[in-house]
Amino acid sequence: MAEMTYAAAGAAALAETMDADPTVWALGEDLGRGGVFGQYAGLEARFGAERIVSTPISEAAIMGVGVGAAMTGTRPVVEMRFADFALCATDELINQAAKARFMFGGQTRVPLTVRMPVGMWRSSAAQHSQSLEALYTHIPGLVVMMPATPADNHAMLKAAIQSDDPVVYLEHKNLWPMTGEVPDSAAPYSIGTAGVAREGRDLTIVTWSATLHDVLAAADRAAQSGGADIEVLDLRTLWPWDKARVLESVRRTGRLLIAHEAVVVGGFGAEIAATVAEELHADLKAPVRRIGAPRLPIGYAPTLENEIKLGPDRLDAAIVRMMS
Amino acid sequence: MNNRRNLDQDRFLAFHREMLRIRALEETALEGLRQGLVLGAIHPSIGQEAIAAGVAGQLRRDDILLSTHRGHGHTLAKGADPEAMMRELFGRQGGNCGGKGGSMHIADFSVGMLGANGVVGANIVIATGAAHAIRLHGDDRIVACFFGDGATNRGPFLEGLNWAAVFDLPVLFICEDNGFAATTRTADLTAGPGPAARAASFGIAAESIDGNDITVVAEAAETLINRVRQNRKPAFLHARTYRLTGHTGADPATYRPATEVEQAWQDDPIARSRALLDAAGVDSDVFDAMDRAVAAEMKQVFEAARAAPWPDPAEGLTDVLDARAPEVA
Repeated sequence: MAEMTYAAAGAAALAETMDADPTVWALGEDLGRGGVFGQYAGLEARFGAERIVSTPISEAAIMGVGVGAAMTGTRPVVEMRFADFALCATDELINQAAKARFMFGGQTRVPLTVRMPVGMWRSSAAQHSQSLEALYTHIPGLVVMMPATPADNHAMLKAAIQSDDPVVYLEHKNLWPMTGEVPDSAAPYSIGTAGVAREGRDLTIVTWSATLHDVLAAADRAAQSGGADIEVLDLRTLWPWDKARVLESVRRTGRLLIAHEAVVVGGFGAEIAATVAEELHADLKAPVRRIGAPRLPIGYAPTLENEIKLGPDRLDAAIVRMMS
Repeated sequence: MNNRRNLDQDRFLAFHREMLRIRALEETALEGLRQGLVLGAIHPSIGQEAIAAGVAGQLRRDDILLSTHRGHGHTLAKGADPEAMMRELFGRQGGNCGGKGGSMHIADFSVGMLGANGVVGANIVIATGAAHAIRLHGDDRIVACFFGDGATNRGPFLEGLNWAAVFDLPVLFICEDNGFAATTRTADLTAGPGPAARAASFGIAAESIDGNDITVVAEAAETLINRVRQNRKPAFLHARTYRLTGHTGADPATYRPATEVEQAWQDDPIARSRALLDAAGVDSDVFDAMDRAVAAEMKQVFEAARAAPWPDPAEGLTDVLDARAPEVA
């Protein structure tokens, strides 16, 4: 066991896969200086500039080079700096990486990991704060993963790099300094499995990424107030998502709330809500509900940003409503 | 330099044959389009065959090729099986991609052909990535990346060329300049002195040639392929040509005068190659036999593709992760 940050856990995962597999390499802007958030700290010194590649500000080329290199016997880890910037490489990810395996009739795989830091963080405003996971869950061919803890960032990034299909790997910027135990020899993460972050009987809350920690705090408050005994599922992989685990939980509790930082409209919560409504209608004690951001660009000033964040008051109110 | 007196006849007969095969394959595909057998759009390269034969035909089998929506010629010249290609164009079993790709996504990884592309210029950064991987592997393969003049106005052209130059990657960029970006004259909407100057601005050695003269193409390609292989740096070949058909097989190309097209037919690379070989003393019987052999090959290709079964619908759910996961099993 080692105590490390979410950022260091990602670096350790990359280093371990690079040690084990000489075809793994990373490319992105400023990686030689440790990456913009220090999540690549020390890796260039250890592996050299040939495998920790500092690139020009050329998002389409970073992603496209990753695609071509993934089809030529390597496992590239592409860094997009901010998830918002990955939109400059949309063709390379959506039309190329996601399609190649199918479109070429299985002649190739695309073992590409695309790291995209997401989320609201330090008044970063409209172009550096978005959580765009739902965009990628809509695209056949992509795996979508969102780790919420240092241990998961370690295990899940290793699994992402080992995946033979392209993975959109979304790390939350607020979590970089979060510390936690990272087991030395954890069981490999199986892509598509949710985690039970808290067991409970009255209400299932499905969440992911940094919102997990807000939801766990809200669940503790609800337990202390006697309002509800809440089960919290950390979805971890959004595609393919752990439908069996979610359905099993909701069948038991009869209530489902989905909480995420992203815009609610067309968010991935909608997919889960629709699936549960279709499959468990007779088991539900309350309507399925979603909670997340309004459909607004993210404001700069704290008072504006807070309007968009979930926050404890909105979470508590949503829980009360589910139980009433 | 080859001149007409001491032309390497065997070598240029082989190029001639490859150009004839490309022309015949595409004429067969157009016939398939007329009969409703080719299902989606196809983009013929009729008139541009010398570039495909002269460049792709001189790559090693283990070299990598990235092509465009107008990629039948490159694919065939790299060594792909024409029957598998025609099956793919007809959407049938046994196509290169099992009927999942069609003309615009034709690929044959077994001969290093990593795909045509439905998006103009998108292959430039992918080719650059394949070359970056070769650099990491440390072997002596090279990558050839074909694109048209229209692609030089896309961002990935700038990003890919800069990247290949700064990382010293073994890519031969080939700009097939047929004068048209889809159905618009490229010159009307393109600033500056042209593709080679853009490449030179990155410090990439660039050469502009007559892409309809197989001797010129073959000479330039041989030199540049060898240089890229030895120097492990990119090079750029700008080959001027003319697209004798419309943008797609269904495009009548009414945006250009008939006289211009008639004039361009006088510059047909296959006719020029034939004239060259005639002048070098090749007997007409040789051409007759070659024509018959190519025609027979493509007739067989057409019949085999037409007779091939459709893909099993269940195949549509393979080669993608959990296609039906949202549904109840």
